[in-house]
Amino acid sequence: MSFVIEPLARAIEEFNKLPGIGPKSAQRLTYHLLRSSDEEAKALAEAILALKEKIRLCSVCFNITDRDPCLICQDKERDHTKICVVEKPSDILPLERTGKYKGVYHVLHGSISPAQGIGAEELKVKELLSRCQDKSVTEVIVATNPNVEGETTAMYLRRMIQPLGISVSRLARGLPFGAELEYADDVTLGQALDHRQEF
Amino acid sequence: MAAPRNYQTQAIVIKQSKFGEIDKILTIYTPELGKLRVVARGACRPGSKLGGNVEPLTYSQLMLARGRNLDIVTQSQTIDGFLTLKSDLWLLAYGLYILELVDSFTVENSANRPLFDLLLNALHWLSQADSNEVVLRYFELHLLHHLGYRPELYRCVKCNSPLKPVLNFFSSSQGGILCPNCGQKDFFSRSLSVDALKILRLWQNCDYATARRVKLRSELSSELEQVLQEYIGYLLQRELKSIAWLEELRKMSLDNHGGED
Repeated sequence: MSFVIEPLARAIEEFNKLPGIGPKSAQRLTYHLLRSSDEEAKALAEAILALKEKIRLCSVCFNITDRDPCLICQDKERDHTKICVVEKPSDILPLERTGKYKGVYHVLHGSISPAQGIGAEELKVKELLSRCQDKSVTEVIVATNPNVEGETTAMYLRRMIQPLGISVSRLARGLPFGAELEYADDVTLGQALDHRQEF
Repeated sequence: MAAPRNYQTQAIVIKQSKFGEIDKILTIYTPELGKLRVVARGACRPGSKLGGNVEPLTYSQLMLARGRNLDIVTQSQTIDGFLTLKSDLWLLAYGLYILELVDSFTVENSANRPLFDLLLNALHWLSQADSNEVVLRYFELHLLHHLGYRPELYRCVKCNSPLKPVLNFFSSSQGGILCPNCGQKDFFSRSLSVDALKILRLWQNCDYATARRVKLRSELSSELEQVLQEYIGYLLQRELKSIAWLEELRKMSLDNHGGED
């Protein structure tokens, strides 16, 4: 006969649903919370609630945000004539960390994947095109991943945007910092040679 | 005798999906082992030694280690990355369609050397200058042949009478042509023009160099496409996903044309 303590079992079950959390980790987390102070537990619960309640998509760039339009789109200091197109919201963070980009973004929420039946209709492509109708936009930087889906997306966007008289550029491909030439694949090495720079 | 722990094979990567945070599961097609699913550890990491060698539409030499469940890629070297295909919107779509066809029609661990050769050739043909949809039709027809679904194009599949050069019918369920007599009674068959039948017969029996010389009117080209895709759809009992993308591209180039006029 087992004693099921309902609130405890429920918490364990919920933790168990998170990625990378197995039944044992879920138990450990639950008992940890039980031991921790009321404030700590409440803070966690409120953080989770706020996550779902406050966060939505920016109506301009479709990044996740707590206000609409998002901070980047509102920022008058930023260059609104350049739009950097990324696949997912988490791609913006590394680009921002470089500190080199001062334009605005557009999040597609995926990439065109013929093999999975994902076409341009399923992404925020139409919204990007309507942003490009604005005469002030001069450059679209396509920062999709350098794989088959990302390339398909990039080439598709180029076809759609270039006729509007906007220059379309693509992130360069080459050797990552800390790589070894010996192990570089032919595609990357070829691209790195093609786009070599004088220094 | 126990199987060796490591083995090498050539492979064409036909599909790739993420597995965990940084690993990928690849579906590869090999000459001696047929279709396999293997794990490429750490392939999502930038600077991975596997990286570009395991993208779909890549012909690679792989070293694999037997895993408990799926085998693991330990080394890789690209033989042909088909860069011409990867840098053209249309060719890339054609290439992915061919890969999806192979993936849908084959089962794991069942070798089919002629099919591997056909797949590799088709990707090379696509890379040639001025290649077009003829590659797809030729590939479809010969894929069906290598899989045992070769359509019968010389005699009526119902009454076995030799076909005459008139409007005949194609029956997907019976895998071949019906004479006008039998065709009219078969509700599920579709009409097939004399020219289309001639082209199908030619393609079924000639090499690609001859096949590509055929110049097709656009109606004839779309008739052939429909017949073959209906047959393939019937065999698979579903529509291929990459067809939708080809349709979208077609629509886009029509729209763009409309805009220029």
